[in-house]
Amino acid sequence: MVIAWADHLAILPILLPLAAGAGLLLVEERHRALKAAISLATTVALAGIVTALFHRLEAVPQEVIVYRLAGWPAPFGIVLVVDRLTVLMLMLTSGLALASLIFSLVRWSRAGVHYLSLFQFLLMGLNGAFLTGDLFNLFVFFELLLAASYGLALHGSGIVRVRAGLHYIAINLAASLLFLIGVSLIYSATGTLNMADLAMRIPGLDAGDRMLMEAGSAILGIAFLVKAGMWPLSFWLPTTYAAAAPPVAAMFAIMSKLGIYVILRLWLLLFGDAAGASSDFGGMALLAIGGATVLFGMIGILASQDLGRLTGFAVLISSGTILAVIAIGDADLTGPAIYYMISSTLAIGAMFMLIELIERGRDPGADMLAVTREAYGDDSEEDPLKMEEIGIAIPATITVLGLCFLSCALVLAGMPPLSGFIGKFAILSAAFSVPGQGQDAVPVTAFTWLLLALLMVSGIVTLMAMTRAGIRTLWIPQERTTPMVHLAEIAPIILLLAGCLALTIQADPVLRYMNAAASAAHSPADYVRGVLTDPETGAIRSPDSGGGP
Amino acid sequence: MELVLSIAIGALGGSGVWLLLRPRTFQVIIGLTLLSYAVNLFILSMGRLKVDMAPILQKGEAGDLASYADPLPQALVLTAIVISFATTALFLVVLLASRGLTGTDHVDGREREW
Repeated sequence: MVIAWADHLAILPILLPLAAGAGLLLVEERHRALKAAISLATTVALAGIVTALFHRLEAVPQEVIVYRLAGWPAPFGIVLVVDRLTVLMLMLTSGLALASLIFSLVRWSRAGVHYLSLFQFLLMGLNGAFLTGDLFNLFVFFELLLAASYGLALHGSGIVRVRAGLHYIAINLAASLLFLIGVSLIYSATGTLNMADLAMRIPGLDAGDRMLMEAGSAILGIAFLVKAGMWPLSFWLPTTYAAAAPPVAAMFAIMSKLGIYVILRLWLLLFGDAAGASSDFGGMALLAIGGATVLFGMIGILASQDLGRLTGFAVLISSGTILAVIAIGDADLTGPAIYYMISSTLAIGAMFMLIELIERGRDPGADMLAVTREAYGDDSEEDPLKMEEIGIAIPATITVLGLCFLSCALVLAGMPPLSGFIGKFAILSAAFSVPGQGQDAVPVTAFTWLLLALLMVSGIVTLMAMTRAGIRTLWIPQERTTPMVHLAEIAPIILLLAGCLALTIQADPVLRYMNAAASAAHSPADYVRGVLTDPETGAIRSPDSGGGP
Repeated sequence: MELVLSIAIGALGGSGVWLLLRPRTFQVIIGLTLLSYAVNLFILSMGRLKVDMAPILQKGEAGDLASYADPLPQALVLTAIVISFATTALFLVVLLASRGLTGTDHVDGREREW
């Protein structure tokens, strides 16, 4: 089979970081400029490739690009699948990666060895997990990105990081084992691991196999929920994220969203309307877990003393909200949920990097202080005597930092005028849409009201917590030195926030695209047909006897 | 054979979970290792148990699926073994770093105060 060169675009987001990461290993640490140039060039190229992929996807009529490795037809070979949801996630990843990389090049990449290689491997794992079309490769890419993330979580070393890293690794190793159990149960029940093939076979399963398959999917779901930080599997998340180096924490923000993405993709593919008796399996559980996560996140965000943990809990609130919204299982709601996910991920990424700049000004040994404070379990704030000196003009750096902090808070709390508000508003407007306004309306139930309460209260709580933290760290003048902020450190934060601003200004076309992505994910017939069509004969491979292998 | 395999998976899995929940880092790593053995055996059993059958086609006797073992779970197990081996080795390093930095082998990095 002849493939045009442009068709290989789909595999480049995996190959390019792999090659760059491996190449960077060969360059010695002292050639710092060279290493920085290579990783920067790779990440920029990655953004370019993803943009090209975006335009290419618009050009193809069937709305899905399938890349068959070595040309093997779908259920037998390995496939990579690009649809709108994938492209959105890839774009989000490369944008966040670019910002995080620029930020880390100033200082953090030198805090330990091989940071830049690990960073590229993390990107490879993320891109692979977004692109892959079968469950076992999903496992492999998950392990790849986790292995890279273990290294990154420990980057910079120190007691706090090692201790948090120990918990993080142990939990993820256990979750990986659950992943394997789930995958093998699904294989034994259906005889395939290709996602599209699974979607075709599930309606025809007999009762015994269906039970096994559902049990396997539930176990598999737990593995993803751990990644997404769902209550009660999320106690590790704020500690780890707060302990990680700031640019790493910014990248971790998208790793939580990977868990959400996989649940969205697999749940809709395997248990959508077409799944027969298994349709909507686990929907209520996802809704309950999402709600519980938001509640837990709200309590946590109010209780957290330092900014790192506060942002960690903001991750939980954002993940829980998205999960609760998509669990309602309506395409009109999923589109705005994706919009909310992207805007909140950008803001959380910016926030994690911003924290370090703000904290840097508070005390030259702020890191050290935080370490001792945690080690001795002492959460008391700085002595209140310093509060008297009111009236010192805030220097320009602090103004910029303060404005960035304000924007992050607005996006995370969902207040106008930034994109967080539009995301929440779009979710609620879709949830309460009345019949006769174009699309078919979602029935308004008790859950809709619950969702409304959840979104509103979590917004207010986030605002309260952020305001309190903002007043404490930025407003109340302390004996602080103006932080030495490099332009290349504040620029990526402004870049991410500009992304939020662009989402706000271009809300209409963006939301339309996301609604299209959501409705494609909700009716995966095109996806399944695209993957399973034999490229040579053009025939769709129908499921054989079903049953076991 | 089914019975032996089930008992083996159960014993390994049970001890693995118990050790995983213990407070010493060394117990945790042994627990994870035992659990991964249990999971590997479990994956193998998901391809249906067959005795004395090859997972690859013999030359000249293609045809009857009943006389072959399912090769896919075996390939999965191989990958799973490699990955869990690598990640366990990595965990071991972190375990040692934690021991060195905190001076204790408790998973929380400090002994409980009773």
